[in-house]
Amino acid sequence: MSSPGSKIIIDSALRAAANLRSSSMPKEVTQRAAAMLSSAPSGGKHTLPDLPYDYNAIEPVVSSETMTIHHTKHHNAYVTNLNVALEKLDAAVSSGNVGAIVGLEGALRFNGGGHINHTLFWENLCAKDQSELKDGPLKKAIEDAFGSVDGMKKELSDMSIAVQGSGWGWLGYNAKTGRVECATRANQDPLQATTGLVPLMGIDVWEHAYYVDYRNVRPNYVNAIWEVINWKVVEERLIAAQK
Amino acid sequence: MKISATITALLVGYTNAWSTPMTMKVDTGASNRRDLLIKGAAFATAVAAPVAANAYSVPDLPYAFEALEPYIDAPTMKIHHDKHHATYVTNINKATEGKDEVPILDLMADALDATPVRNSGGGHYNHAFFWEEMAPHDKASKTKPSADLAAMIDKSFGSFDDMKAKFEAQAAPGAVFGSGWVWLAVNTKGDELKIVGTPNQDNPLMKGVCDEIMLPILGLDVWEHAYYLKYQNRRPEYVSNWWNVVNWEKVNENFDYVVANHVGVSVQG
Repeated sequence: MSSPGSKIIIDSALRAAANLRSSSMPKEVTQRAAAMLSSAPSGGKHTLPDLPYDYNAIEPVVSSETMTIHHTKHHNAYVTNLNVALEKLDAAVSSGNVGAIVGLEGALRFNGGGHINHTLFWENLCAKDQSELKDGPLKKAIEDAFGSVDGMKKELSDMSIAVQGSGWGWLGYNAKTGRVECATRANQDPLQATTGLVPLMGIDVWEHAYYVDYRNVRPNYVNAIWEVINWKVVEERLIAAQK
Repeated sequence: MKISATITALLVGYTNAWSTPMTMKVDTGASNRRDLLIKGAAFATAVAAPVAANAYSVPDLPYAFEALEPYIDAPTMKIHHDKHHATYVTNINKATEGKDEVPILDLMADALDATPVRNSGGGHYNHAFFWEEMAPHDKASKTKPSADLAAMIDKSFGSFDDMKAKFEAQAAPGAVFGSGWVWLAVNTKGDELKIVGTPNQDNPLMKGVCDEIMLPILGLDVWEHAYYLKYQNRRPEYVSNWWNVVNWEKVNENFDYVVANHVGVSVQG
């Protein structure tokens, strides 16, 4: 291990914990990771998480080609650039350069948000035959808030399709009201940091998410993505948020 | 902007009515001078309120889809023009239904007042502007900034290469955080050139988008749809290749126009 600020988390469980407070990660693991990372002012280097499935796992909804480029190029670039921004942040903090700290806001928001959003996204997708919304707290919360699962799907689809330019559609948990609700965010703005809603399920509507397979027809992509949602993960996130 | 053929015919008929002796019947079916005056006034009012349905249309590209190869690929040009631009036109027509027909340029200043005008009107103007400033490489490569434009580039940026570097920096993924455009634009006074990035379908003509209204002379679409099929995430490569199809003759024309008139360039459609 070299100097703080360049620690690399090798253990993949720790790596995953460092990247994301996943509800399925044991508490001791996340605590160990947090302790290890906190020795660097900005939390050390982030790494690209592996997909929980093969690149072709959610075909034909999203092609292997898209998943490969999306993960190894787009998400990877956010991770790389986040690390660069964090190094600059460390230097600015160490030297007490407040102007430089403020100047990094855009890069941190964009790349940090991009890393968070994509990590959440890969986790809430799965192969078609594993996508099933069973009876349980999530289904109940959706029905309480939207009347029906189809009602929620329609609302979130409409909102996601209507996003101008680049952005995300989210199903989120509102801790104040105790209910689930839909939201959209522009660019890579992360849901929780900018709205307080806990992200349960995200849909990437940047053109890079669907252009290879759907060209300009975003509605077809948004309508199809419901077939490959990992409802198990979405429910785990809700349960964790409600604790 | 189409002028309805019916209106043109009516205008001709109207002019003729005033020059013909009163004994001749006219299209309005008037039987005496007073009747003609009344009908003519109503008719004139109808002509003065322009046809407002489907005011805007997608202008034809000034070149074939494959003309900008290999820098911008034919499939991208086809989808970009026939699908993306067409959608903006459909939507701005929907948004302006029943309103007076005005050139799309005239909708830009106050576009921030109405979201559909901002998104779809901006989208229509920006793309109509974009197609015109490009040309096949063998033509584009023979063009360069005029003496006046070159002088202002040097004054504002130091040199042409400095301007290009600044433009490319503004077009980089870390500068425009998502979808948007990069512009080389003149201030309304006409004495300064700036490079500005705008999000989504905003442009510098819209009040409130930049520090002051600015008049674009060159623009680059950095939405992913503008380059994804050929370049995927490699936006910097798309940007540096795009210079090969910039038609500086058109840019010079744009520059002379905005400096002389202190208003934005008009576009077709």
